[in-house]
Amino acid sequence: MKRVRVNPITCEGHGLCAELLPERIQLDEWGFPIVDREPVAGEAARHAARAVEACPTLALLLEAASDRSR
Amino acid sequence: MTAMRATRAPELIGPGPPRLLAGVSSAGAPSTLDEHLSVYGQLPPAGAIDLPALVDASGLRGLGGAGFPTATKLRAVASQRGRPFVVANGAEGEPISGKDKVLVRYLPHLVLDGAAAAAHALGAREAIVALSRADRDGIDALSAAIAERGGGLDKRVRLRAIAVPDGFVAGEETALVQFLNRGVAKPTFTPPLPFERGVGKAPTLVQNVETLAQLALIARFGPVWFRAVGTADEPGSALVTISGAVAEPGVYEVALGTPLRELVAQAGGVTEHVRAFLVGGFFGSWLGEREAADASLLEGDLRSRGARLGARAIVVLPTSACGICETARAMRYLADSSAGQCGPCVYGLDAIARSFERLAAQQSRDERKQLSRWIQQVRGRGACRHPDGAAAFATSALKVFARESELHLRGRCEGKRRVLPIPGIAA
Repeated sequence: MKRVRVNPITCEGHGLCAELLPERIQLDEWGFPIVDREPVAGEAARHAARAVEACPTLALLLEAASDRSR
Repeated sequence: MTAMRATRAPELIGPGPPRLLAGVSSAGAPSTLDEHLSVYGQLPPAGAIDLPALVDASGLRGLGGAGFPTATKLRAVASQRGRPFVVANGAEGEPISGKDKVLVRYLPHLVLDGAAAAAHALGAREAIVALSRADRDGIDALSAAIAERGGGLDKRVRLRAIAVPDGFVAGEETALVQFLNRGVAKPTFTPPLPFERGVGKAPTLVQNVETLAQLALIARFGPVWFRAVGTADEPGSALVTISGAVAEPGVYEVALGTPLRELVAQAGGVTEHVRAFLVGGFFGSWLGEREAADASLLEGDLRSRGARLGARAIVVLPTSACGICETARAMRYLADSSAGQCGPCVYGLDAIARSFERLAAQQSRDERKQLSRWIQQVRGRGACRHPDGAAAFATSALKVFARESELHLRGRCEGKRRVLPIPGIAA
């Protein structure tokens, strides 16, 4: 199982991820993603992969749900 | 008749209380190598002790604030491939804490012993002691102590003092490592953590200077001596910085588990009626005067009260100061201390600080709901824990100063005195 994570240093708040993965990502009032760390499966997993690819600063990451990172 | 059989080496007798600070000379100068050795004795030769095992048995935890078990960190570094590197972190950025500066200034050799002992145990050839640029006394004391040793008590570990930029975030361990690597004192995205890839890509042990000083004593006197004070869960003694409305503010060594009121008494007692205590520094929490009355200096006890001991920096807030006004000043400082790298920290902390400033200036309609939402929202969304620490502090302020915030909404403030020292702003 995978889940999404954002690198907050490289993220510039373009917001594409929230369009492409509304199942797990919302934007705060300044346009930065608030990520739900629940693993993604099925259609959500496909949306997640697309969002990762679309991020202009490569700040969105897919990681194994067992990873120790927060 | 029963035969006497020694099952283990006898424990050496270490200094009684004060323990860590036993070697502070009354002259107010840094202790020389001779003075240092006459109080604490020689560090045992590296091959003669199993340092990780001694540290494990002692139960020593990191004293920089996070409280991570020191033996676990030592072993994590040792388990990596490559020759490790050691960083002693004395870049105490917390404005209300002074214990690391005191330790380095008065007992530079104890800090160097700890760094050298850790380096020996890990097979590291180099150890750096990082101090804040503004800490001139510390840099002078440490440089003199290194020179006195001719670079190291034994020549296998090279010891160096390095000045790092001032500021709250510069002492965060990934920021320290990035500064040593690239001259940029800002936190990095993890993993890798420093124990995996740190200075020059080497597995790096970053330990607070007080932790290393304790480690230097454990190497000499052993875990039974270490555990002779403190509690079973939180053994040993530790340095505490206390300021605000006490007669003799300063750095004290206490056994963990000492009641807060005993520390206050040791600091000459309170000088005014007390409104609240700030415990654990600017990443810590406010505790109301009543909740704090029977508190002890233990992480476990303070957590059960919704606070944390952290790096043991305590401010006594008198009733002549207002909790909301003081929180607004500290929140502004925390927001301005952001490394400026992560959107949620840059915009979120600024929004939280502004909201507290409006409340403090009594210009606010009741926006506490939105404020609480912002506070919840910044948690866990930075590369480092800066927003999390600021959020914990802000949350405790809304809880402990609920009555004061109601008064502010009705245009009243109970005290204009400023107590918290904020760098760059006159009190």
